[in-house]
Amino acid sequence: MGKWSRRAFIGAGLVAGGALVVGVSIRTGKPDEKIRRLVAGGDGETLINSFVKIDKDNIVTAVIPHAEMGQGAHSTLAQMLADELDANWEDVRILEAPAETDYSSKDIAREFLAPELEVPEILEPTLDGTFLSLIDAMIGQITGGSFSVRGTGQRGMRNAGAAARQMLVGAAAEEWGVSADEITVQNGVLSHAASNRSAKFGEFAEKAADQPLPVKPRLKSTDEFNLMGRSIPRKDIPGKVDGTAVFGIDVEIPGETMSYAAVKAPPVQGAKVKSINASTAETMPGVLQILNMTDFVAVVADGYWQAQQALNTIDITYTETENDSLDQAAIFARYDAALNEAGANGGDEEIAVGDAPRAIADAATRLEAEYKAPFLAHATMEPQNCTAWVHDGQCEVWAGSQVPTKVRKFVADMLDLPMEKVTYKNTYLGGGFGRRSETDSIEMAVRIARETGYPVKLIWSREEDTAQDWYRPSSTSRFEAGLDDGGNLISWNNVHTHLFDPPEAAHVPYYDIPNQLVRKVDVPMHLRFGPWRSVDHSHNSWFIESFLDEVAAEAGKDPLELRRQLLKNSPRHLAVLNKAAEMADWDAEMPEGRGKGIAIAPSFNSIVAHVAQVEMTSGKPRVTNVWCCADIGYAMNPDGAAAQMESSIIYGLTAALYGEISVKDGAVEQSNFHDYPMLRINEAPEIAVEFINGDSERLGGAGEPGLPPLAPAVTNAIYAASGKRIRELPTAKHFA
Amino acid sequence: MTSFSINGRSVELDADPATPILWIVREQLGLNGTKFGCGIAQCGACTVHLDGRPIRSCSTPLSAAEGKNITTVEGLKSDDGTLHKVQQAWIEAQVPQCGYCQSGQIMSAIALLERNPQPSDEQIDAAMAGNVCRCGMYGRIRTAIKSAAGISQDEGAEA
Repeated sequence: MGKWSRRAFIGAGLVAGGALVVGVSIRTGKPDEKIRRLVAGGDGETLINSFVKIDKDNIVTAVIPHAEMGQGAHSTLAQMLADELDANWEDVRILEAPAETDYSSKDIAREFLAPELEVPEILEPTLDGTFLSLIDAMIGQITGGSFSVRGTGQRGMRNAGAAARQMLVGAAAEEWGVSADEITVQNGVLSHAASNRSAKFGEFAEKAADQPLPVKPRLKSTDEFNLMGRSIPRKDIPGKVDGTAVFGIDVEIPGETMSYAAVKAPPVQGAKVKSINASTAETMPGVLQILNMTDFVAVVADGYWQAQQALNTIDITYTETENDSLDQAAIFARYDAALNEAGANGGDEEIAVGDAPRAIADAATRLEAEYKAPFLAHATMEPQNCTAWVHDGQCEVWAGSQVPTKVRKFVADMLDLPMEKVTYKNTYLGGGFGRRSETDSIEMAVRIARETGYPVKLIWSREEDTAQDWYRPSSTSRFEAGLDDGGNLISWNNVHTHLFDPPEAAHVPYYDIPNQLVRKVDVPMHLRFGPWRSVDHSHNSWFIESFLDEVAAEAGKDPLELRRQLLKNSPRHLAVLNKAAEMADWDAEMPEGRGKGIAIAPSFNSIVAHVAQVEMTSGKPRVTNVWCCADIGYAMNPDGAAAQMESSIIYGLTAALYGEISVKDGAVEQSNFHDYPMLRINEAPEIAVEFINGDSERLGGAGEPGLPPLAPAVTNAIYAASGKRIRELPTAKHFA
Repeated sequence: MTSFSINGRSVELDADPATPILWIVREQLGLNGTKFGCGIAQCGACTVHLDGRPIRSCSTPLSAAEGKNITTVEGLKSDDGTLHKVQQAWIEAQVPQCGYCQSGQIMSAIALLERNPQPSDEQIDAAMAGNVCRCGMYGRIRTAIKSAAGISQDEGAEA
């Protein structure tokens, strides 16, 4: 292996049994600190390998470097690979890339990749511009950022499939003494019509490995797609209807007796355990160990319920913190103070076009509004859990994680073990939504297992899962707008509290507003926060599209018409907006007590518009319908992409109607589904989804972009139905 | 000692009779298809049948199973391995996303159709409202239940 002068490779080789393996690997040039942190195996050593393995028995295995948490990535990525390969879909198997050294270090590259290759041009864009920030997702096998299909699928799986196809064709051409151009491939069969010869992939798997490695395999154009663009049933679904799918909580270790741990962390984040009185717990049946880990208390028992029951009897006192008397009103007061200090021009400038403050001062009409969004918990159906076993100088860990290679490195560092002494097995995830990109529960399980020496399955109670989340931050956003004497929106001034990502979440460059100023102020936060489905778009899109609706009302314009005018230079956005309005029959007369609201938001390289219809019954809003139009570039699996929109709509509606995590005496007040309610089937609206298939070269995400425009479509519909403008979420606060 | 049958198999267990059936099923009997979601009968992920009726196994003690029949998701297939028509409808409508709640959803749906083979939309909603799906697949759950019941997708049966 020579020096790593190239940033991307296609490589191939043989593995035991004569199977052909082809991979596409991308490495960062100079990983920044953020990426470096996520990279297993040291600086620049980690590769992402989107492999395909073709066995002699014709089985095609797609090795997927992403977790399956319901988004359908395993199946859709395999579909993309199989299409380029022209494989027989029935012969395609899916294997999630193990977080093993072989898949996360240069060792595998030594075995499989040829360093003298030219960089395929197709891969260059993946390293350029804004795309670079997403590479860390592939490097770290991170599942997030609505990235799997548009990143790994488009750049990795398709190239691997196309390269493997080219090599199989080359091998057949050589063997048959014909031109490669004359060989056709269909459903895993190579054919040469003129000589009436054909063979299945398996026959040439071994010989194909000797073929020259394709530098730039030709990818199919849209009209050549066979599997891509089709709603092929997902391969993970059968196991999810018969109870055989294995989630983290289901892990068993053959031949070993499992013990179970329940934990309680200090309710005020940042506090420590001061003392415990476990005299009752010690006597309870099944209890094996009671551990004061200083930042949490654990009970290990021979059953989870026994462990939790014993834990509930332990009297725990905590150290005092400066936040012990903090409540939600005080947190919002902090935001107000920071925003007041920023005033009309202060804070950190994010984007400035024209001279917004001056244009507002000169405007014929001025409008102001302030919006507040609460903390939100992820509330994955599967509570946090992890199984760990520290023994004989090694550590074995099982969980469902969005960041498996990060887990492995993190565990190795924590135990001061070399990477090869840590094994990590990822399972299906019972919901992720960003929560499982954190490693806190895994850290707890490993620390407990280090104490016990025997295998332990840690399961968090729902109460712990709710109170110890990494929350979507609460936030306040203030707007000023200026309209000219024709009612045209000429100036937009927005300042908002800011904590997270992505940086463009509050920007509106697609709207034709000549003067725009967007600023942020950083605010202190004692609750830990993390990515929550669509991250900062989840609140900023609500702020933006709510205020725009207020501008429309002030200007006496129809909310759709105003947006149409503002999107006149953004044709993709406009097409999405118009389609959603058409689906919803926007102009239809609405009876008293009903109303429609519209909102549009670009995120993760996609554009989604929703129209929501609200009916006021007994003074409360009920969302009856949501019409959704999305431009995600190209829907690789239309039904799967529609499922993501449906899911984002319900997830977003749950948050808009009910979602509120609040702080009292420094601690999260909510604990379980009775006080952090979820939308249920009897409240679920009818949903219609359509896609605009625009550009298959420029894919967008699907897992998150359906969420941001949902809340504003709903609150704008509530305004249309009732005249009530919602400026603080959730809406349940206003209709008690 | 508690005696009951599970998925047609007789079982005698020496366990604390206060232990919720959920943990007996998962940890003692190794049937992991039934899931833990909330522990307080709020989410339905733990739904199993006790003598054919849907129960929240996280909040039902083992003692309640004495002399009765428990059915879990693992017990739905017929002897020749054919999936229950509700499971088949679930695949057809591509209901599951993460899949974690789906055993409970399916157990609730089967219990509904066994006592009401032609449910109205309202009856579907009422029977399924105890089962949370965080992936939000409620529309597909409705579709699958109607499909399994042979009801037109446009409208539910007359209430």
